Amino acid sequence: MFDGLVQRLAAIVGPDHVTTAPGDLSNYQYDGSADSALPQVVVMPGSAEEVTAIVSACTAAGCPYVARGAGTGLSGGAVAEAGGAVIAMARLNRILEIDCANRLAIVEPGVVNAHISDAVRAHGLQFVPDPSSQAVCTIGGNLAENSGGLHCLAYGVTSHHVLGCEIVTPDGELVWLGGRAYDAPGYDLLGVFIGSEGTLGIATKVVVKLMPLQEDRRTLLAAFPTVEQASGAVSAIIASGIIPAALEMMDQLSTKAVEAYVNAGFPTDAGAVVIVELEGLRGTLEELVQDVQRICIAHGSREVRQARDEAERERIWLGRKSAFGAMGRLGSSYYVQDGVIPRTKLPEVVSEVAAIAERYGLLIANVFHAGDGNLHPLIVFDERTPGDYERTVAAGADILRACVRHGGSISGEHGIGIEKRDCMTLQFKAADLDLMARLRAAFNPRGLCNPGKLFPTSRRCGESARTVARGALAPEMVDAAGPAF
Amino acid sequence: MADRGYIGEQHPQLSALDRCTRCGLCEQACPTYRLEHYEPDSPRGRIFLMKEVAEGRAAVDANLAEHLYRCLGCRACETACPSSVPFGELLEDGRYQVELHGELDPKRWGWRTFRHLAFETVLPSRTLFTIAMLPAQIVQQLPPLRALRFLFPRRSLLRKALSMIPPASTAGGAVKAGTVIEAEGTRRARVGLFTGCVMDALFAGVHAATARVLARNGCDVVVPSGQWCCGALNVHAGERRHATEMARVNLAAFADPTLDAIVVNSAGCGAMLKGYASLLDGDAQAQRFAERVKDASEFLFELGLRQGLGPVYERATYQDACHLAHGQGIRQAPRALLVQIPGLKFVELPNADRCCGAAGVYNLTQPDRSAAILEEKVRDIEATGAQSVVTTNPGCAMQLQAGLAERRLQTRVCHLIEMLDRSYRSGP
Repeated sequence: MFDGLVQRLAAIVGPDHVTTAPGDLSNYQYDGSADSALPQVVVMPGSAEEVTAIVSACTAAGCPYVARGAGTGLSGGAVAEAGGAVIAMARLNRILEIDCANRLAIVEPGVVNAHISDAVRAHGLQFVPDPSSQAVCTIGGNLAENSGGLHCLAYGVTSHHVLGCEIVTPDGELVWLGGRAYDAPGYDLLGVFIGSEGTLGIATKVVVKLMPLQEDRRTLLAAFPTVEQASGAVSAIIASGIIPAALEMMDQLSTKAVEAYVNAGFPTDAGAVVIVELEGLRGTLEELVQDVQRICIAHGSREVRQARDEAERERIWLGRKSAFGAMGRLGSSYYVQDGVIPRTKLPEVVSEVAAIAERYGLLIANVFHAGDGNLHPLIVFDERTPGDYERTVAAGADILRACVRHGGSISGEHGIGIEKRDCMTLQFKAADLDLMARLRAAFNPRGLCNPGKLFPTSRRCGESARTVARGALAPEMVDAAGPAF
Repeated sequence: MADRGYIGEQHPQLSALDRCTRCGLCEQACPTYRLEHYEPDSPRGRIFLMKEVAEGRAAVDANLAEHLYRCLGCRACETACPSSVPFGELLEDGRYQVELHGELDPKRWGWRTFRHLAFETVLPSRTLFTIAMLPAQIVQQLPPLRALRFLFPRRSLLRKALSMIPPASTAGGAVKAGTVIEAEGTRRARVGLFTGCVMDALFAGVHAATARVLARNGCDVVVPSGQWCCGALNVHAGERRHATEMARVNLAAFADPTLDAIVVNSAGCGAMLKGYASLLDGDAQAQRFAERVKDASEFLFELGLRQGLGPVYERATYQDACHLAHGQGIRQAPRALLVQIPGLKFVELPNADRCCGAAGVYNLTQPDRSAAILEEKVRDIEATGAQSVVTTNPGCAMQLQAGLAERRLQTRVCHLIEMLDRSYRSGP
């Protein structure tokens, strides 16, 4: 298969940076999601030019390829479902330029999200988007999934903080979308590219916006007897006109799991906790803090605690950011959903999720970007129990149906990838999907660039995709993965 | 493939492997991942490989061996892991299986010879170990011999070894096995001092300082005879038979029920001693022993330092020993003790809890990776402008010293207890 491709790749990046050893390939079959599939070759470029040459070589050989950063994605976006090549971008991890006066930085796609803020903090600046995996995930992946984060309630998601990027198109051309300045003329191709889940090309340089750090910051942790009461408080906070920098909620199962790790003083006997962060000018926050406390208590909170210092604040946030990773305390695997609903529907949808958990006999922990109405139900399952995974996928689909029924969406920030593609039909009509497919074909006419992602297959929403796991690609999937959609 | 799966009961357990959800939050905590950005050399990658074998999809083979031995065993991933995957245990069990399977890769003959010599022959024997340490002790006593290192090329094993030998303690003294150093003033506790192997041979001054500081703080310090190496180096290299014997020797030596605590001043040994119960399969005597083991910093911090600390006018920084911070979760106690020293200007070291690359015998088995990790550490130390870098483990101390010497820096390495001892000796 792909005659001579491996040799050509070795000539491009050097033999040390390409591997076909089965043991090594097995480590590139997964990302942070429940999906996996074996690639046939892993290649690790060290420059944009090498990425260009790799893409050209793969295209010439008819070999599918997918870019992978830190492998923390939650929808299977970096899983090489159709086999072929994984282009591991982690070596491209240089911060190329920091321009404080113009508040921007130019970075390579393998730069870790948090490392940008680390590099500019001394200048009083930060890169705002902060997905929970920010300590390890890379900018390239953030761009591909248009990642959100804990503070996107007030400041927006990745697309609001990227000015431009250099990409390698599936034709092997190096082009710039956007640039250093705002509002490039012509089509907003940057807007098209961000969130395209690696199906339109591979970013090789990213121009990110930097924002000044706020003068003052307060972090509150409120405990509620029930998720419903906590949801009520969340809605009331927003309705009162306050826009917190972050407004998060965790149910009791999640709180217990993370408290065992962080010891941040999360009240594990509470039905739910809400984390509120307020930012602004010095001297302006005290009143807001009191407003938030009053609203929380009016909605049944028995305790509203304010972080006393930066260390306590960091522990609270570390707890929240660790929620997915802490699921290993509850079971061997988890499957996370990413539905979005209007905030006011939170109590109803939360009850529906609980009912779904009961119906399928599954454990579901919940964390919420409550301010955005973005739910993350974490369905805990055991990979080795026959049928467990299939039930999990079906339960996940029921949750997404509930989200759509309540006027929401099937994904907020994790991307569609493999996991949610068959649920796209819940939200989009054939004509909508056809327009998207034609857009993909304009960039990616041969369909070799991250095939199979984003678009529905012949399965129905909620049917398991496990048939494709571990490299065993069923013949009908080869068709679905191709450009023919 | 089944015949190349795990053998026997002592292997990476699915119950532990299952705790990994593949979230990847460990990756940037891992020194080898940060170095090469290669998934098989990340904690998640290694856990996945061990799980593939446990579930029968892969064999114990040269690939597994390579990635398990590239790991430093620093356990920084355990600190980063929200699900508390017991990576240290998995690694030891994984390496044990690699060794059980014997000859997997002809290229590993050098390691196998070294392993056999060091862990199965020399370390278990007090006599052989004493002989093996003689050259180092001679260099320690005759400092000009250190210059011999310039005869060897940079990064060569002998040059590294020569620059690692710690200088003889200026405060002097040594503790004698079978003796008791009596408490000063009112007696507050009666403790046993663990002396180990390398510490005893090359850091005799640290033991003497530990005994002085403990006595000054009202402790009778018992130095039991018959105690020996804790076995940590063996267990880290997947060798359990001799390690188990060494553990039994130490249990017998510290059987005295009147000891309130077993104080150890080497982080690596402390982590091992605290793990005796698991090494000996939950043995009740080992359990009682492990519960009494305290790192010297942990013990003194809990006890509370007595008055009498004198000034040490110095800028000092602190390097967390991995097996203290990640292995035993002790971070605050050493810092809290240091800042009590009058005159001492304590500066936090950036990335203080990142491994220095010593990692037991890693600096000998993986010299290039170890050197790259050390270089970064030395740059961080240099940036603090500290005159002393304080740590709590012999491996770290020797590695840091070699790195600082290679960069021609004047910064000295000292043990936390030596710093406290200096302070007491300069006091009223």
